Amino acid sequence: MRRIIAILLENEPGALSRVVGLFSQRGYNIETLNVAPTEDPTLSRLTLTTVGDDKHIEQITKHLHRLVDVVKVIDLTGGAHVERDLMLIKVRAVGAQREEIKRTTDIFRGQVVDVAPNVYTIQLTGTTDKLDSFVSAMAEMDILEVVRSGVAGISRGDRVLRL
Amino acid sequence: MELLSGGEMIAQALKDEGVEFIFGYPGGAVLHIYDALFKSDGGVPHVLVRHEQAATHAADGYARATGRPGVVLVTSGPGATNAITGIATAYMDSIPMVVFSGQVASHLIGEDAFQETDMVGVSRPIVKHSFMVRHASELPETIKKAFTLATTGRPGPVVIDIPKDITRPDEKFEYHYPESVRMRSYSPAQRGHTGQIKKAARMLLGARRPMIYSGGGVILGEASDLLVALAKHLNYPVTNTLMGLGAYPGSDPQFLGMLGMHGFYEANTAMHNADVILAVGARFDDRVTNTVSKFCPGAKIIHIDIDPASISKTVPADIPIVGPVREVLTELIAQLDKIQAGEPEPLPDPDALARWWQQIEEWRGKHGLWSGRRYGESDYIMPQQVIESLYRATAGDAYVTSDVGQHQMFAAQYYRFDKPRRWINSGGLGTMGFGLPAAMGVKLAFPDSDVACVTGEGSIQMNIQELSTCKQYNTPIKIINLRNNYLGMVKQWQDMQYEGRYAMSTYEDSLPDFIKLVEAYGHVGMQVRKLADLDAAMDEAFAMRDRLVFLDVFVDPMEHVYPMHVAPNGSMKDMWLSKNERS
Ligand SMILES: Cc1cc2nc3c(=O)[nH]c(=O)nc-3n(C[C@H](O)[C@H](O)[C@H](O)COP(=O)(O)OP(=O)(O)OC[C@H]3O[C@@H](n4cnc5c(N)ncnc54)[C@H](O)[C@@H]3O)c2cc1C
Ligand SMILES: Cc1ncc(C[n+]2csc(CCOP(=O)(O)OP(=O)(O)O)c2C)c(N)n1
Ligand SMILES: [Mg+2]
Repeated sequence: MRRIIAILLENEPGALSRVVGLFSQRGYNIETLNVAPTEDPTLSRLTLTTVGDDKHIEQITKHLHRLVDVVKVIDLTGGAHVERDLMLIKVRAVGAQREEIKRTTDIFRGQVVDVAPNVYTIQLTGTTDKLDSFVSAMAEMDILEVVRSGVAGISRGDRVLRL
Repeated sequence: MELLSGGEMIAQALKDEGVEFIFGYPGGAVLHIYDALFKSDGGVPHVLVRHEQAATHAADGYARATGRPGVVLVTSGPGATNAITGIATAYMDSIPMVVFSGQVASHLIGEDAFQETDMVGVSRPIVKHSFMVRHASELPETIKKAFTLATTGRPGPVVIDIPKDITRPDEKFEYHYPESVRMRSYSPAQRGHTGQIKKAARMLLGARRPMIYSGGGVILGEASDLLVALAKHLNYPVTNTLMGLGAYPGSDPQFLGMLGMHGFYEANTAMHNADVILAVGARFDDRVTNTVSKFCPGAKIIHIDIDPASISKTVPADIPIVGPVREVLTELIAQLDKIQAGEPEPLPDPDALARWWQQIEEWRGKHGLWSGRRYGESDYIMPQQVIESLYRATAGDAYVTSDVGQHQMFAAQYYRFDKPRRWINSGGLGTMGFGLPAAMGVKLAFPDSDVACVTGEGSIQMNIQELSTCKQYNTPIKIINLRNNYLGMVKQWQDMQYEGRYAMSTYEDSLPDFIKLVEAYGHVGMQVRKLADLDAAMDEAFAMRDRLVFLDVFVDPMEHVYPMHVAPNGSMKDMWLSKNERS
């Protein structure tokens, strides 16, 4: 089962490599990883997605807690949460394709953020599924480049992850 | 406030921390530090080893014997990488250690500078935590953090990597060594959950076939007295892991011996048949459980450990209790008293317990390690006899370090450790070469005690250069070489699983004359080939209080360690009891 784990991490050199190292060292997979400093510059917020059963995830969570740089860990999957992935996708757009690409982008509530004579660059945010569907919808087109931020997640309502 | 250079701060901080010995080896990146140590008045004594691996093992041996953190100082690059095996050894057995490694100057980092190795990176998977110091003024707090991390919660090694420029003698900063430090992201459990402890007390008192399975955590947590109190209070049988030996007195009748792959028949069989197992500071290692899916099928498991990651890692716990063993056991004993006082019927059920003990005595009598002579006879001295002789000569009261192999298992089985911190060996990593430097560290800590290193001719050669260190610092340990002329443990597996094809487990005629070798280092060597000479030689060795003696004892090369778990697919109770006898 796919899991979203959110981590508050000391914003220290080497802290991220400890988290990433833990996953490879213990034989766990990271599907996506998103990390940036928070409003408190001494802390980074990390969201990662992985796949595993309950026992697996419990063990990962325990090992993450053991890392001295890790301040807080939660598994967002269980509770209500919002998750967003950001995608920038560059496609060849010539002739009739231009109109069709624009239409599909509108349906997915994406935006064309850059236009060149033969190329559109489209920005899209949403869940992983939504972005995957968009890529499928574009399968007929000539996709030149795809870049995704990885999932960023936050729980709904009162539940917060902070010091 | 004092103004000190980075190098001086390190020397001073070690003094302020109360460090007794530094084990290390100099080199370019740490020369400022060495100079500061040299100039430091009444500073911490430094032990110069002959290889950085030995520095880590000596510090580790010191830590295991005293309970205080071992301290290591090495230079960058090869000095640091040589220390890696010893750091990994300490990590696997949760031993408190602080390693100071030199690093190239800050402005050279990342440039493949001379003797540059990314020590923080290389050591990352085998440390509890590591620091790279960025400014000299950070040193006092960083050092305090390192000692705090190494010694609290689940102990472990901590690396502090120090670029050379940080230790410059000409740049001085304010020095104040903090009494304590807080780390917002670090808060090991201080006590167990009372509700869980109550549940555990009930389950323990309801047991009909109980077992206490205790491990290294009881020693690390200084809780042997409480373990004994608990076992005596309930009259329950106890087994120890290899790392837990001595946590419960080895010669006490309630002790069933070590469990696991080479555990006692009675301990493994009782575990398999238990209905309630109290696991204390033990981590259900694969050398203990045999096939996990077949592990103790009828048992409910209570598991006390300070590290949540040790609980339900391999074997699921029915009642997990996260907390330090001292605090948890204290509360558990109080809960037992309370429940027992409030019940009209005696708890635990005396009849059930009597039947259980009767059953255990039957197992003991049948194939127990002390049920009679469990090893064969040959023209050679049997390795087990050497350990029995050592036990006799030292009245069971020596510090015994060991290397890795058959000799290690014979020592674990036949030397009945009555006190914690007396049995010093590498269990988790199984590091050959550990024994001699570890014994050095122990002897420095306890110069008046008997310290023996039980080894094999394979293992001893992995750090034999330390005989020179022993000369320099006058550490008159006794090295007991169980000389079988094979990498015996490897050979045993080749006998059992590879039809006796001894691929690279013999040295042919290449072994050195160990007697001449130790004499060349300025020590005493003695060879023993006949059983009739063994006890006298052992006594003579220990009678030479101020000399290091190497006892080269020729033992039966064909002997195997038994019991041995049947693998693969065996359970706890499936054991080879001798070459042709199974449980
Ligand atoms: C050749 C060879 C053969 C071996 N055969 C066997 C064998 O037959 N039987 C055997 O048992 N082992 C054997 N071993 C050793 C084995 O590999 C493991 O090292 C050992 O079983 C682990 O012991 P342990 O479970 O006590 O855990 P340790 O490694 O000692 O871990 C201690 C546990 O206690 C916890 N802890 C630490 N401090 C505290 C505290 N204050 N409060 C609470 N908990 C705490 C830690 O978190 C950890 O989980 C063998 C090793 C070798 C090299
Ligand atoms: C550094 C290291 N290398 C290899 C091994 C694998 N190994 C385990 S026991 C053993 C043989 C040890 O031989 P010896 O020291 O003579 O002890 P014996 O088993 O003969 O008593 C070997 C090679 C190890 N544990 N450590
Ligand atoms: Mg040998």
